[in-house]
Amino acid sequence: MYDFTYQKPGSLADAVKVLSGDPEAKALAGGQTFIPVLKQRLNKPTTVVDLSKLGLSGITVSGDKITIGAMTRHADIAANADIKAKIPGLAHQASLIGDEAVRHRGTMGGSLANNDPAACYPSALLALGGTIKTDRRSIAADDFFQGMFTTALEQGEIITAIELPIPEKSAYEKFRNPASRYAIVGVFVAKFPSGVRLAITGAGQGGVFRHTEIENALSANFAPDAINGIVTPPDDLNSDIHASAEYRAHLVGVVSKRAVAKAT
Amino acid sequence: MGFEGIGASVRRKEDVRFLSGKGNYTDDINRPGQLYAVIKRSDRPHATINNIDVAAASSAPGVVRVFVGADMAAESIGGLPCGWQIHSKDGSPMAEPPHPVLAVGKVRHVGDPVAVVIAESKQAAKNAAELIDVDYTDLPAVANLTDAVAGGAVEVHDGVAGNLCYDWVIGDKAVVDGVFANAAHVVKLDLVNNRLIPNAMEPRVALGDFDTSSGDFTLYTTSQNPHVIRLLMGAFVLHIPENKLRVVAPDVGGGFGSKIYHYAEEAIVTWAAGKVRRPVKWTADRSESFMSDAHGRDHVSTAEMALDAEGHFLGLRITTLANMGAYLSTFAPAVPTYLYATLLAGVYKTPVIYCNVKAVFTNTVPVDAYRGAGRPEATFLLERLVDVIAHDTGIDRVELRRKNFIPADAFPYQTPVALQYDSGDYQTTLRVALANADWNGFEARRTAAKDRGKLRGIGISTYLEACGIAPSAVVGSLGARAGLYEVAEIRVHPTGSVTVFTGTHSHGQGHETTLAQLVVSQLGVPFDQVEVVHGDTAKIPFGMGTYGSRSLAVGGSAMVKAMDKVIAKGKKIAAHLMEAAVEDIEFKDNVFSVAGTDKSKTLTDISLAAYVPHNYPIEELEPGLDETAFYDPKNFTFPGGCHIAEIEIDPDTGVVEMVNFTAVDDVGRVVNPMIVEGQVQGGVAQGIGQALLESAIYDPSGQLLSGSFMDYTMPRANDIPNMSVATENTMCTHNPLGSKGCGEVGAIGSPPAVINAVVDALKDYGVRHLDMPATGAKLWSIIQAATPRMAAE
Ligand SMILES: Cc1cc2nc3c(=O)[nH]c(=O)nc-3n(C[C@H](O)[C@H](O)[C@H](O)COP(=O)(O)OP(=O)(O)OC[C@H]3O[C@@H](n4cnc5c(N)ncnc54)[C@H](O)[C@@H]3O)c2cc1C
Repeated sequence: MYDFTYQKPGSLADAVKVLSGDPEAKALAGGQTFIPVLKQRLNKPTTVVDLSKLGLSGITVSGDKITIGAMTRHADIAANADIKAKIPGLAHQASLIGDEAVRHRGTMGGSLANNDPAACYPSALLALGGTIKTDRRSIAADDFFQGMFTTALEQGEIITAIELPIPEKSAYEKFRNPASRYAIVGVFVAKFPSGVRLAITGAGQGGVFRHTEIENALSANFAPDAINGIVTPPDDLNSDIHASAEYRAHLVGVVSKRAVAKAT
Repeated sequence: MGFEGIGASVRRKEDVRFLSGKGNYTDDINRPGQLYAVIKRSDRPHATINNIDVAAASSAPGVVRVFVGADMAAESIGGLPCGWQIHSKDGSPMAEPPHPVLAVGKVRHVGDPVAVVIAESKQAAKNAAELIDVDYTDLPAVANLTDAVAGGAVEVHDGVAGNLCYDWVIGDKAVVDGVFANAAHVVKLDLVNNRLIPNAMEPRVALGDFDTSSGDFTLYTTSQNPHVIRLLMGAFVLHIPENKLRVVAPDVGGGFGSKIYHYAEEAIVTWAAGKVRRPVKWTADRSESFMSDAHGRDHVSTAEMALDAEGHFLGLRITTLANMGAYLSTFAPAVPTYLYATLLAGVYKTPVIYCNVKAVFTNTVPVDAYRGAGRPEATFLLERLVDVIAHDTGIDRVELRRKNFIPADAFPYQTPVALQYDSGDYQTTLRVALANADWNGFEARRTAAKDRGKLRGIGISTYLEACGIAPSAVVGSLGARAGLYEVAEIRVHPTGSVTVFTGTHSHGQGHETTLAQLVVSQLGVPFDQVEVVHGDTAKIPFGMGTYGSRSLAVGGSAMVKAMDKVIAKGKKIAAHLMEAAVEDIEFKDNVFSVAGTDKSKTLTDISLAAYVPHNYPIEELEPGLDETAFYDPKNFTFPGGCHIAEIEIDPDTGVVEMVNFTAVDDVGRVVNPMIVEGQVQGGVAQGIGQALLESAIYDPSGQLLSGSFMDYTMPRANDIPNMSVATENTMCTHNPLGSKGCGEVGAIGSPPAVINAVVDALKDYGVRHLDMPATGAKLWSIIQAATPRMAAE
């Protein structure tokens, strides 16, 4: 990595100040994406601002929603009794991210801020219709993701928490990239009284997306077979040495059905 | 403490230090005043170097020196030598273009070293390397075999027409063609053996040290064979006499062949250490390993079998294109010839065989031996072909194999492709494997799987390999530029403990345990009083290292020979001490005794007398009890056996799940059953990796697309099933231990078993063959393409 200065501020305001004042300063959460990038010299920050002393981790349940601090680790989400009971799809999703070491460092806020098109959490946030809380505002999931590695976050804006409505049923099904084990196609399905939301990660060229045709079918009949016959066009899907766009398009259907079958 | 000799599953003593983080790997070694080397590598597959501007890099903070190819050329530094010369069918020697340590004039693959920065820290060296400005003119590149041999393809090396390194044959084409002309059936198969990247857990490291007072050089390196490196680098590259050059290969974290070869970085750090008169260390990044460690496999072949009406094999005809990469790595030319084509008889009594191999240069990383080296390629071809014959003729695949096996009473058996097998019993390994795998119960399991929506398949591979390399005169006549004996020194210390100095090298195999067990059995010395020393040219006699599953069969045999000398000398000392005739002295379990009496002396009594020779036959016998033996094998050894894979395919995704794997191998005498089981498991894991997951992919322009673990699929624990591993051994008849070798059998026997199982699972889809790796994406396309046709039928 290139040389940089390192700061570990004790307050959100201080962190925001450093990050806003310097366009080349970068936040560090679990480092599971950022540190490999630094090691490969693909990023040259002036200052690295460690978010670990801002008190941003923790999981709380209040009424019909669960709030997860941005610095909450994947392993804590996977093991949390409330999340397991109320949003089992999310606990399961967290348990599938990377390996044990990654899950004990990586954070939900870091993953969402990064918005890797093959990352898992974006599908949960979008399918659950959650809200991103930052140092300055709330951003609805539907407005947050703006194409791969791009979000609505402004320069220096820090995610503080993620607010997720509790669905009647949820599930995450992941078809892994055999090499990286990120998602080739990951499907998060959430059933609410108002209807079903289903988001797909890994497949789309523009990152995570909702599949409204499948959502409509499932809202009418929440059963795997309701998806039969729905064809996903490959045009806007990714193609790489692991999976063609056609294969991904096919997997969208298969993986969605499996997610619905699993939803509890 | 129970029995710890030959046959005991003694726990690996080296594991204590490996598992507790106390290993001493090359990167753990640091020398006072050490500098760091970072190599500027080509990001172009093929380009002319117009100019290299190192001015900014040279004056960057912390930089001591920057060297380019011209600096080495100015001192007449040689290119990296090739250790094996193949002759083409017309008698001409192979094309052997220069392999400069640092590129001169052109770069020929992504990763080709162009310059080296030597600096006070790795960070400073990396910063400076970015400042080196290389002015390239890109040239067209060829990355794959078929492109490289196509008419009008760009030449990787000027003057090497058609990119052809050699055009080699074995067997008599006219005779084989004659057999084909009269055969009842001919079955033909085109197949590819996928290119692999070794990915040892420990990346390569080289640390060059120069002693300014003595003028001695020391190279610490991640090598499987330190003496080979000393010879090649000292004599051919840097011109350092051997008395002035020490090569140390300490704990090495896996090699799989990739750490046999003499690499540019070893020469760079040793030479640079002399120039700057300080130690220089280079440590590969993982991404550097992908583009600088020799790759493996990469063949394109056509195979044809001629058969009689009953399915007996009458003749085999093969043409193979083998990728050499951009330069010849140390043993590359031998792999697709003498380690491949000579194995094409396999376990079958095919009377005539003809094979033509064209070795081809491409703009890719050099390709060389990788676990199995040539034998996996031969085995995959043969065992796929046998299954395709069964498919095409309707003969049961097990029956077809049985019918064509070399019978157990036919040994020694001379194959038509040079090798003479000494022992084996293929019917037995097959029978036991079929039983262990519950072959007969398979159809019920297939039906049960179908009810769960899964396609289940079973596949078999009855393989043979040649290892324990090798008789020096034989390999010399075949083009080897080295001998392939092994050496051992057995030093019995005054109080009776033993240090073994072996020319073999352990980089995960567990020699410190296995070789100590030989001493337990032969000399009766307790296991904890035996130390095994390897990997340092200043300590061990000139040995050839570890590869080709040779350490026990060849290195162990050298130890037995040396221990025989120890016993013979000990008998003379004992005869003197006990005033008996030498012929009356017997040695067993650490004790010398006089036959028919109760007089005896322990080995410790004898060693003490040998080193404190007060009462000693000093006129006839030198003091000391320290014997060295070189052992040149009389033949290769021929492990073989039967592997059975059982898999299920999810037809919705194409993904293969390994459900069972059964191995029954014949590895000759087993010294440590637990270690053999581990070696087989590891080899099978690599074989499953090749069959289902791994593939080095270049785009047509020569960029490596699978250049990291994000894209190169290494097998993980949960890709590998629990395995049933057993042995059914026949003894090697020509070495004193009877051992054959077990290091590579897993990687050799398993890939065709897995693919045969996949093809079996897809039999209703009209699949006759598919190439590795059988990824979900590939199988899904096959199922997709076949489904409409099936629906129509
Ligand atoms: C081997 C491996 C396997 C992996 N497998 C998976 C997988 O299967 N699925 C998956 O989804 N992910 C996977 N990951 C990625 C992992 O989930 C990371 O944890 C995640 O991508 C980033 O989270 P982090 O906390 O480590 O963030 P960091 O790496 O520290 O930061 C990532 C980016 O987000 C920014 N950032 C971090 N926190 C905030 C914040 N609170 N507000 C604003 N910006 C912020 C940083 O500045 C940086 O740009 C894997 C990673 C590794 C190393």
